Amino acid sequence: MDRPLGRNRSRLIAAAAVVPAAFLGVFFVYPVASVLWRGLGGEGLEPIRHVLDQGRTRDAIWFTAWQAVASTALTLVIALPGAAVVARSTPRARRRIRSVVTVPFVLPTVLVAGAFAELFTTFGLDDGSFRLRHTVWAILLAHVFFNYAVVVRSVGSFWAGLDHRLEEQARVLGAGRIRTFWEITLPRLRPVLAAAGSIVFLFSFTSFGVVLVLGGPRRATVETEIYRYAVTRIDFTSAAAVAVLQLLAVLALVTLATRLERSRPATTAIARPAPPLRRSTRFANYGSMLVLLGLPIAVVIERSFAVGGRYGLDHYRALNTRVPQLPAAATTALRNSILYAFVAMALAVLIGSIASLVVVHGRRWLSRVFDLGLTIPLGTSAVTIGFGMIIALDEPPLDFRTSWWIVPIAHSLVGVPFVVRTMVPVLRRIDPRLREAASVLGASPRRVRREVDLPIASRGMVVGAAFAFAVSIGEFGATSFLPRRPDTLTAPQALFRLLSTPGELLRGQAMALAVALMALVAVAVFAIESVRGTSEGSF
Amino acid sequence: MWTLDHGRVTFGETVAVDDVSLKIAEGEIVVILGPSGCGKSTLLRTVAGLQPLEAGRFLIGGEDAARRLPHERDIGLMFQDPTLFPHRNVGQNIEFGLRMTGMAGPDRAQRIAEMLELIGLSGYERRDVATLSGGEAQRVALARALAPRPCLLLLDEPFGALDRALRDRLVEELPDLLRSTGTAAVHVTHDHDEAFAIADRIAVMTAGRILRTDVPDRLYADPQTETVARFLGHTNIVDDPTTGGRRVIRRDAATVTPTGELTGTVERSRFRGDHHDVTVTTKLGSLDFRLSDAATVRQTIQLRIDPARTASIVDD
Repeated sequence: MDRPLGRNRSRLIAAAAVVPAAFLGVFFVYPVASVLWRGLGGEGLEPIRHVLDQGRTRDAIWFTAWQAVASTALTLVIALPGAAVVARSTPRARRRIRSVVTVPFVLPTVLVAGAFAELFTTFGLDDGSFRLRHTVWAILLAHVFFNYAVVVRSVGSFWAGLDHRLEEQARVLGAGRIRTFWEITLPRLRPVLAAAGSIVFLFSFTSFGVVLVLGGPRRATVETEIYRYAVTRIDFTSAAAVAVLQLLAVLALVTLATRLERSRPATTAIARPAPPLRRSTRFANYGSMLVLLGLPIAVVIERSFAVGGRYGLDHYRALNTRVPQLPAAATTALRNSILYAFVAMALAVLIGSIASLVVVHGRRWLSRVFDLGLTIPLGTSAVTIGFGMIIALDEPPLDFRTSWWIVPIAHSLVGVPFVVRTMVPVLRRIDPRLREAASVLGASPRRVRREVDLPIASRGMVVGAAFAFAVSIGEFGATSFLPRRPDTLTAPQALFRLLSTPGELLRGQAMALAVALMALVAVAVFAIESVRGTSEGSF
Repeated sequence: MWTLDHGRVTFGETVAVDDVSLKIAEGEIVVILGPSGCGKSTLLRTVAGLQPLEAGRFLIGGEDAARRLPHERDIGLMFQDPTLFPHRNVGQNIEFGLRMTGMAGPDRAQRIAEMLELIGLSGYERRDVATLSGGEAQRVALARALAPRPCLLLLDEPFGALDRALRDRLVEELPDLLRSTGTAAVHVTHDHDEAFAIADRIAVMTAGRILRTDVPDRLYADPQTETVARFLGHTNIVDDPTTGGRRVIRRDAATVTPTGELTGTVERSRFRGDHHDVTVTTKLGSLDFRLSDAATVRQTIQLRIDPARTASIVDD
């Protein structure tokens, strides 16, 4: 190897690492550290002891933990047949299912919560003997709806890579179909089930919008407690104390999830993939997917057009008029959301691409630090980030409270990990022999990078960008802490306000706004899938 | 007795198994010999019940068994790779089929020890399968397949991935092992030497069809068609002026003698210890022979061909 060049290059990488490090330092580490300082500084463990003395907070912690366990278990059980269908279908059908189930995953949380609330109203589950409204079941159902894609995608892809001849061996050795599944297939799926399960657990643990809308006034999780202390009671110290507890739990979970991800064995080249499932089994599965994932969406669409006893565009037209509950018209909120989503996407791609290069080409320790460090914002609760930003970035030179920039910046913090996690596997997968082939054919190192690395890496970049866009469009937790002004009102915020005000007219508007949001997200997802093609990512 | 009667399997446009009939008697070792992609693995999978038949019948002991599921067929199966269960150790892999038969724990342990002894890996019960060498893993796979005492063992190129020395040894041992347990077997391979070493009967298969089924020596001595002759490793296929047809001349048909009627020039000569492999150019063309005498390159020799070691064939 050319040593001076190598040294130059690693210096270049180290210099580039400053950009993402500074960005995350100012907008993530500093705010989160401020939260820690508020919670632990000065009075030591006193604030934490204080919040733990509150029965309500203790209940919230207990509820957060067990609903996350229940959500995870329920999601795994419900999504496993879906994963089987993905594993055992033609590559084309597999791609199609993967993109369809991904839409719910990136839908705004408030929207999904609103959709389920509307679903309960439509089917008379608000009260009576079979009541779902304001029950834990409503929350669990919404969590399954969200995380279905996580399990179907990761477990399905892994499953598709398993050598089916082992199942055939078991069959020939005398095991029936069910026994073969329990004894041969399931044990081999265990690592990927653990990895997917830990991600579902993390998402359910830090779920905010869903609990706020569906849980009802009395149902509290750690997330909503932080919100209640900070926004409703303006008790920043207690809010910080709860946030510290939350951070510790998330840190432990992220560490565990990364470890499980690492221990996931690589699938070997397969000698025989499993044959496609029988038609009847497949269609039964599509049917249940349609009910679980399609029904809430269908209800939202239907309600958005329903005006009294007829159908019309009245609710869509009304979006243009400001209602007293909102600081601006819903269309303004939608416009803000689109603008912020583009800015957040650009930021996430810029920061995320540099960070990915550092992870892939940087020195070992730097790579490890970035790899883990960039996963933490993904796991950190949005509420903690938003809360940290308002208490940290309120003084010059870092006074962002009056600027709309704070919104896309907050959103991009969650977008960066998505970009990194989609780009890193793509960059790592570039076969060094491709580069060698190119350079033997006479390409200079610079040329190799342009002709080989860039086109391949750009696919990962587009996927990450679309994810960052979708995440920003739907972001709710962090944004709810930011100042409420016409220019910082986002569509999910507007949706939440409309949903939490009783009255049929506003409901209709909320549904119309929800449909507009869904359309935006769906476009982003199909962009993701059309670019991603056959390659598999972590999400 | 297993009988496949006019079996047919297609994958879209390709016909993998085309009107194939095959009988396997109790304790008999049948080798299906054919090039890769000729449908021999698919044929094996239909016998295992892993691949449904589109047409034709499959009988076990005279009873219709086409719809019988794989786990109801009382068979063992071995692939080219060991396909051991990675989440179970050596003993548990061998135990799997025994548990399915409902055998009691102590009996299972005894049977496992017995099988390990049989394959020369005594004491390996608790070994992680990931730590086995390729040959060891394949032997464990054999033990796993044989442990429940199946009536029929199906082997899909089981030695294909092994190195030559190990392969030769297993080819040597396998028929004895099968005969000692009275297990019938269908063995799929593209290697004619392996087929000769193992088979009671050989079925030559190409493009989804079985061309001929016969005992190895008769098949070798009288291949009847050129395609079969070439699969069996014959290279000396010459025009026969007396009949106007073609003839196959076995490599061991020639002896060097001054009175030999065929004159040839030695093109190549390889010393093989107890014999020489030579290529001789004659008026019949270039012929390969196995000679007991030394021959030098460019030397002109007189050869006598034993007519009993030649056979007339037809074009197909």
